[in-house]
Amino acid sequence: MSKRRPYVRSMDGWWKKNPYYVEYMVHEGTALFVIAYTLVLTVGVVRLGQGEAAWNGWLEAMQSPLSIIFHLVLLAAIAYHAFTWFKLFPLTTPPLVLQGKKVEPCAIVRAGWTAGVVAALALLVIVWGIAA
Amino acid sequence: MKTRKRSNAPIFWGLFGAGGMMAALFGPMLVFITGIAVPLGLLLPAGTMSYANMLAFAQNFIGKGFIFAVIFLFIWHAGHRIHHSLHEVGIHPGIVSKLLTYGLAAVVSLVAGVALLGLGF
Repeated sequence: MSKRRPYVRSMDGWWKKNPYYVEYMVHEGTALFVIAYTLVLTVGVVRLGQGEAAWNGWLEAMQSPLSIIFHLVLLAAIAYHAFTWFKLFPLTTPPLVLQGKKVEPCAIVRAGWTAGVVAALALLVIVWGIAA
Repeated sequence: MKTRKRSNAPIFWGLFGAGGMMAALFGPMLVFITGIAVPLGLLLPAGTMSYANMLAFAQNFIGKGFIFAVIFLFIWHAGHRIHHSLHEVGIHPGIVSKLLTYGLAAVVSLVAGVALLGLGF
């Protein structure tokens, strides 16, 4: 092994030095909250399979103040995921051409946000319809 | 001629994209319904997520498929995103980052899939 020990600049906290990178780390970090929500749902599915008492226990746990606060945080994080997911569309999707003209980036973003709101409301109406 | 190994990356990027889209379209409302509205008794009819309702939903072919699609795509989206973001905090792509992220996604998919199939049709 070489005895040479060249100086390597530390990269710790590199992203804190620029607001653009802070935002990048925050929107990538929303994935942690998506994981947390997936785990909540998976536990729910498992409890559902264990019978009515187990399911009601899960429902009760979801009513605790801590769970409500936790889900408010999840809601904020996953809504931010949705906001940035569509905001990055001009960078992440291939160029869209309609009638020989390139679609403006802001039009793509606005269409994405609109789709997000429509899908959310549609889901609420469908759940209402099934439950009623 | 040397045959080149086909990359498996497009599969994981595909799951990332599909899951990210699903989470962007339905994630916030799902969290609101299951974590806030139903527990607090807001907006939706009483008993929206009662045992009978949820069992019927999870035994229905479409309902079961929807629950599995949400869990499966959300976890593979998030796992892939974390796998790549670990690089930013000094954990470079390798067996450790894959076990932490894709490993978790595989375990959660399996647990959810087995539980959902166990509920019957």
